[in-house]
Amino acid sequence: MWKESVDYLTVDLLGLSGRVNDTINFFIYDSAKIMFLLLTIIFVVSYLRTHFNTEYVRAHLQGKSQLYGNVLAALFGIITPFCSCSAIPLFLGFIQARIPLGVTFSFLISSPMNNEVAIALLFGLFGWKVTIIYIGFGLLVAILGGFFIGKLNMEKYILLDVTPMEGELDEVKIKLTFKQRVAESWDYTYDILKKVWLYVLIGVGVGAFIHGYVPAEFIATYAGGDKWYGVPLAVLMGIPMYSNAAGVMPLVEVLTEKGMLLGTALSFMMAITALSLPEAMILKKIIHIRLIGLFFGIVGLGIISVGYLFNFIL
Amino acid sequence: MKIEILGTGCAKCIALQKIVEEAVSKVGGFHQVVKVDDIMEIMKYNVISTPGLVIDGEVKSTGKALSLGEVTALLEEAMQK
Repeated sequence: MWKESVDYLTVDLLGLSGRVNDTINFFIYDSAKIMFLLLTIIFVVSYLRTHFNTEYVRAHLQGKSQLYGNVLAALFGIITPFCSCSAIPLFLGFIQARIPLGVTFSFLISSPMNNEVAIALLFGLFGWKVTIIYIGFGLLVAILGGFFIGKLNMEKYILLDVTPMEGELDEVKIKLTFKQRVAESWDYTYDILKKVWLYVLIGVGVGAFIHGYVPAEFIATYAGGDKWYGVPLAVLMGIPMYSNAAGVMPLVEVLTEKGMLLGTALSFMMAITALSLPEAMILKKIIHIRLIGLFFGIVGLGIISVGYLFNFIL
Repeated sequence: MKIEILGTGCAKCIALQKIVEEAVSKVGGFHQVVKVDDIMEIMKYNVISTPGLVIDGEVKSTGKALSLGEVTALLEEAMQK
């Protein structure tokens, strides 16, 4: 339906054809679709979130056994928000509640990786199959990564002395009406959209240009194609891009269309969201650089394996 | 009343503090507004997503910069007790 309306607009109304039509058509179609999905998905996730805030998650992770805790933490990571500015209170708060370090890391890996903006973009750009694969393997990396970090007895690398609390946590109870929840979700959605819309449009714009004008051979030669080092290179390149995930993902779609392997693309996007330099800098205030190195190393390895696995299967 | 804003200095925490100050002048009366920025102190309230708003020792909101209307409503509600 949308495709036809956009075709009608560019071909019949504006009288475009050939490459120009290709590029403009692609831009309008992709940006409209992505904006719509961002709006819907962020709203739904923020609504769910009014029922599960971070304090709630902490109370429910308390006292859970190792592996079960890792799984639960990774799942909670999907719906809870994550901003690197809240990493410290979150990290210390979890330790205070005697939640094992490994479980805390499962949450820290999953939460930014499965953020609603990334999910909406993936869904809009790659369809539901790739989105499910991304979330599924993202959860797996978070669960196993946290599990291994938990096994390595890294507690001595926490630089601040947190006194573990006694007994069970009292849940912070804040009552909200349905109307308040909807209003809050809408505020949040608006806030996020305000932050990302320009990046999305620029990303889709550059993507549309590549789609229309850059030949596939060019990408295949310079974006690595099926060379063995494509995946690790993509992961390294993804690390500094966290704040621009919204702008980079539309580019990745076009790159895969032009010959970049899907596994490499998946690794790249996971690296963008899960390995963020600002987050590492902030965490450095409370945990030793060795633990951060280990965290990046394990997550990086996990993401690289996912990339190779998919390049091999597909 | 004693109103505490829990926050380590993130953008939302600063926004909330401004709104609280505005709300306090709107509802009138004598109130003490305290900014708590020590993370260890913040954790004593069991709050891990900042900013937090605490009125007379009771956590009213976590993780968001409330609007002027919301803060005013919370203050008026607390004043009636």
